[in-house]
Amino acid sequence: MESLTFRHTTTKPLPGTKPQAITGVVASGNLEILLERVLPPDACEVAIETPVAGYGPVWEAVVADFVARAQPGGVRISINDGGARPDTVSLRLLQGARLMEA
Amino acid sequence: MTLAEILASLFPEGHAVTVADGLVAGEGPFEGGRLRVIGVDGDAPLGVEGALTLAGHVLDAVRAGDKAPILVAVDSDSQRMSRRDELLGLNECLAHLAKALLLADRRGHPTVGLLYGHSAAGAFIATALATRVLAALPGANPSVMDLPSVARVTKLPLEKLQEMAKSTPVFAPGLDNMLATGAVHAVLDPEKPLGPQIRDLIAVLPERDERDRLGQERGGRPVAEAIAKAVADQIRAG
Amino acid sequence: MAGPDRDRLSWYEASARQRLDALLDPGSFTEVLGPAERRMSPHLPLFDLPRAFDDGIVVGSGSLDGKTMFVAAQEGRFMGGAFGEVHGAKLVGLLRAALDVKPAAVLLLLDTGGVRLQEANAGETAIAEAMRAIVAARAAGVPVVGLIGGRAGCFGGGGLIAGTCSRLAVSEGGRISVSGPEVIETNKGAEEFDSKDRALVWRTMGGKHRRLIGGADAFCADTVSAFREAALRLIADAPAFDLDTLTAEQARLRARIDRFGQCRDATDIWAKLGVNDPDAVPAMDTGAFDETVAQAREAVHDAR
Repeated sequence: MESLTFRHTTTKPLPGTKPQAITGVVASGNLEILLERVLPPDACEVAIETPVAGYGPVWEAVVADFVARAQPGGVRISINDGGARPDTVSLRLLQGARLMEA
Repeated sequence: MTLAEILASLFPEGHAVTVADGLVAGEGPFEGGRLRVIGVDGDAPLGVEGALTLAGHVLDAVRAGDKAPILVAVDSDSQRMSRRDELLGLNECLAHLAKALLLADRRGHPTVGLLYGHSAAGAFIATALATRVLAALPGANPSVMDLPSVARVTKLPLEKLQEMAKSTPVFAPGLDNMLATGAVHAVLDPEKPLGPQIRDLIAVLPERDERDRLGQERGGRPVAEAIAKAVADQIRAG
Repeated sequence: MAGPDRDRLSWYEASARQRLDALLDPGSFTEVLGPAERRMSPHLPLFDLPRAFDDGIVVGSGSLDGKTMFVAAQEGRFMGGAFGEVHGAKLVGLLRAALDVKPAAVLLLLDTGGVRLQEANAGETAIAEAMRAIVAARAAGVPVVGLIGGRAGCFGGGGLIAGTCSRLAVSEGGRISVSGPEVIETNKGAEEFDSKDRALVWRTMGGKHRRLIGGADAFCADTVSAFREAALRLIADAPAFDLDTLTAEQARLRARIDRFGQCRDATDIWAKLGVNDPDAVPAMDTGAFDETVAQAREAVHDAR
């Protein structure tokens, strides 16, 4: 298992008040994402556990792209990966952010 | 120990326990009353007929109303693996046997398992694991799945699993691991008469299911007790 | 989730959380030991396997038609819904609390391949603990109802837990057995059971066969609404856990073996049950199948 953590500063907090949300399932080619509104409003942290080693740069790019688009300030994001492709990861991250905004 | 040796040790004055088609049933004199015995012998698989036969004996005991202890002696294979057994509802038959033992327990019959050989999977759950207290004799060999099969399913090398098994009792077959998990309460001494050892177990039957506590104490199930307690406490608090 | 969504949502396709949200009264579900508490398997990392925040089971309380329910839902897509140490202990804790709190019922949304091999001893023991706790809850008057229609089916020790419940609802996809098709084939050969013969699997272990022989008490279309209606009906009609029930179950199962023990295939059993066209059963819709069930006296009983 490989652990990765990425920290970002955002320009604004993620809208909404929902304290936490979870989406996805840990299964082959899939992942689960837990979002918790526990950080300062301009901070975002994404922690990943993945069984597929050596994809740090890919994760870094996917997470950076998500943070730029969603500006998920205040949210800690924890990921249990089951070997998801980058497009699946992006989709789930945006899905998770929407759940928090609801 | 063989079943014959076990019965001779339990009932020095003789007994009426018989074995037919791998199924054990009967009784013998015990502590001024009687001890009923059911079980599976000779590494026999447990199928639909066997499960119902054993359950029938247990329900007869409950109907007798004497609250006599019931010993469940087990040296079995796993459940009988066949198309016919599943077609006929093996899950219902095995669950029925377990329920019969749990009913007997609730109706005041001390239920004691005695594992003296192999047992596995559904047969293990329906018999030995459905008793209030489970004892074993040295040499007993319970398993959920043997290591070569685990290796096949998990795609891990057998050597690595064997190495892991030394420090991680939670997945490896064998009596020591089931003891550590808390599933087996105690190991009896085959050099001493079994009757008094069974009597002593009955004298201190746990009030509640304490297998998770034992598993925590013995290190085989490090977190189960705390998790079950946390869930129960939180949900009770509403 | 409101009615129409509930009507549309496929039980088979839904996740454990989606099933619970749609099954219970809207907004009523409260989870205990939820994902944010991160009570994950201490063992899977040894096998280099990913963990789930909830270890593949969601437990808590909610209401169904205003009545308090304790619920547990297995996620069949994580490790095949299999019982590991944490997973099993969460179910056991819920069932033990049911004995004191006495909710109107406990609903078990079973979706499991059985024991998780990486934690086999813990899983096996937890199943035994769960069965003991189910019996205690039932004996205290709390119905325990199993709902089975997920991807993983209900196999191994899960099948024994199912057999311990007061009542069971099952859909076409809800296979129930102890040895799974692959397990039988691996151990006894493809002549005994060809696991690739999907029609054989459904006939032998599927929801329709289980319903026809009385191995389940309700047959549901594959929607959350259908399972909700069945759950309400079954809770109201749960047998007691006592000597009379088990005596009746003994007679019921014995009669089944006497009557059908020589049958080679499920269709032979269905023919003996009086089903006019056994070969048509697998393709029947829920309405036609309900009419067929009404002809089989084995299907309705209080003996579980």
